[in-house]
Amino acid sequence: MGKRVGMEVAIASAEAAALCKFDVAAVYPITPQSHVAEHLSDIVHEGRVDASFITVESEHSALSAAIGAAGTGARVVTATSSQGLLYMSEVLPIASAMRLPIVMIIANRAVSGPINIWNDHSDIMPMRDTGWISFFADNGQEVVDMTIQAFKVGEDRRVMLPVNVNMDGFQLTHMVEPIIMPEQEEVDRFLPAYVPYAALHPDDIVSMGTLGMPEIYAEAQKSKDVALVNSIKVVKEVWKDWEKQFGRKYEPIQSYRTEDADIALLTMGSMGETAEIAVDELREQGVKVGLLKIKLWRPFPFDELKKAIKGIKVLVVTDRAISFGGPGGPVFSEIRSALYDQPKRPKVVNYIIGLGGRDVTVEGFMDMVRRAAKGKLSERYEIYGVRG
Amino acid sequence: MNTAMKNPKSIIENFEIYAPKLVSKEEFFVGGHRACQGCGEALAIRLMCKALGKDTVITNATGCMEVISSLYPTTAWKLPWIHAAFPNSAAVGSGVEAGLTALRRKGKVADRRIKSVAIGGDGGTMDIGFQALSGAMERGHDMLYVCFDNEAYMNTGIQRSSGTPFLAATTTAPAGKKIPGNQVWKKNLAEIMVAHNLPYVATATPSYPIDFMNKVKKARQVKGPSYIHCFVACPTGWRSTSETCIKMGRLALETGIFPLYEVEDGKYRLTVEVPEKRRPVQDYLKGQGRFRHLTPDQIRVIQERVDIEWEALMIKVKHSKSRESLRAPRGV
Repeated sequence: MGKRVGMEVAIASAEAAALCKFDVAAVYPITPQSHVAEHLSDIVHEGRVDASFITVESEHSALSAAIGAAGTGARVVTATSSQGLLYMSEVLPIASAMRLPIVMIIANRAVSGPINIWNDHSDIMPMRDTGWISFFADNGQEVVDMTIQAFKVGEDRRVMLPVNVNMDGFQLTHMVEPIIMPEQEEVDRFLPAYVPYAALHPDDIVSMGTLGMPEIYAEAQKSKDVALVNSIKVVKEVWKDWEKQFGRKYEPIQSYRTEDADIALLTMGSMGETAEIAVDELREQGVKVGLLKIKLWRPFPFDELKKAIKGIKVLVVTDRAISFGGPGGPVFSEIRSALYDQPKRPKVVNYIIGLGGRDVTVEGFMDMVRRAAKGKLSERYEIYGVRG
Repeated sequence: MNTAMKNPKSIIENFEIYAPKLVSKEEFFVGGHRACQGCGEALAIRLMCKALGKDTVITNATGCMEVISSLYPTTAWKLPWIHAAFPNSAAVGSGVEAGLTALRRKGKVADRRIKSVAIGGDGGTMDIGFQALSGAMERGHDMLYVCFDNEAYMNTGIQRSSGTPFLAATTTAPAGKKIPGNQVWKKNLAEIMVAHNLPYVATATPSYPIDFMNKVKKARQVKGPSYIHCFVACPTGWRSTSETCIKMGRLALETGIFPLYEVEDGKYRLTVEVPEKRRPVQDYLKGQGRFRHLTPDQIRVIQERVDIEWEALMIKVKHSKSRESLRAPRGV
């Protein structure tokens, strides 16, 4: 059993990658991911992991170099945030199309403009359709666990896809949290050596990234979709293995006090912990409220969502990004669409919260629940606490 | 990474001169691909692969060569080959090098040197891939980058790039009544690579195949970053006839428009002699439709520029010194 330590979460994420003994890291620094970049290079320069650290000149090159290295069969980690993730966007779907199990730690941050280094989810949301598996962590422990799980899921022959682990910038990256760091031999037992399906080597020649004409392009896209959809089985299996070995349970959608709830909040990322406190306080006041936390964003856990909302009459979906001119926040529109064909479905309302590092308090969540319960949300969505 | 420069003297000492009879019959870039008739680039790649040999991984930028050689489910490559996107072949190639180096060090792949070679056209190298190229070269990866420069975005339909020569007509710099073609001088990327203090930089063309292959072999030996700027005719884009593909490279040399030289640790050397009295640039320009609108005055301006550049190069050839000591020592 690993020791409980106090550690900054960004550093802990790099330590988790180190426990997975990556071969190559290609990282470009960006706030608030920079401590991940620094600590990964520290690990390599101190010789704690035998790996190459590539000090790339951009995020575009970070993921490109990651693709090249993963193409040779190396275990590869990268990390980014915000503008960096957007700068990578050209390369993101290529990594998944090539079925390279790169792991990317993302310190979620608002995108420009105006330029803002603080946390929201407007970086990852536009990238959701690039064919990556997406985990969302609530706290430092989950960041560590999910980083290790990500390698196992991505490298599984039934999956072979890149995985990103999302942690909220500053709210998580720069917090010192109590974290149980797994021991090396525990991780060795959990994570088998990576055996690539194909690798760039003259002993077994392959062409990777070939041209797909209209006759084959749709099939190539379908195969990626099928792989991503089916990966949920492996994610759940790996999370079961994790629970068995480490005792910490992971589910695509984690329910909190929803048993007899009429109303439920839904969050992704670090706000889940604040929302838990709000649920506790409201429960004390006799409000039958619960909380759903999405941990697996891609592949989207449709069945788990349908189970999780049983009995709930009002679902308060919080988003940390805007789909400008669209139907509401991206999480909201997906959830409402996912529930459309359910015979009994809750009323789904949408608050967009915490943009660009705006604080959302316990009181704020309580207020959202109270107002939603009264059916007071007239617009399709509301940017909570916004002026003007 | 960072195996670069371990043995700085390795280039010349380990190098064997290539001669026609030593050219391998083995092909690594095979027929059946879809290049145009008279494509200088496809020929150059075939020669490059012969010189590189089998222990090579190719990273290909998006462009003609990727399109004509990798139409799924076919491939013209008998070498491990990867294509990711347009601007990033240098970055992907640097990752290939880092991956192979780490896996070899950790005993996960056979213990022998595999050379990472990244390639791209002039657009993919000099324009959109410029940053990735500079980064990969600056970081000292043990890799070779070869730019196949046919002086415009041929794959997308002959649009101007920073490799397009002065006054050449392209589809985005047409020879109009008011503006007669491309309005600026060609970027000299080989010089920019020299400024990266690379151990080996060379210019080449498949019109001098043995010279080109020698340079590829030499660059392969370098334990560190190296760069070859390969000038290739594109009959389709140049509006020239396909049988003049080889002739165009020769005329480019004989006029001094594209001299063939190599730079070893800063020391310039002409590798193919240019006639004492260089041919007039007109001889090169006249066979190409992209220059057919040029007036005698405009040709004179081009001639003057070529003369100045030639003189500048000769000064470097005469006075440059090997500055091996300028190579930064690069880690482990």
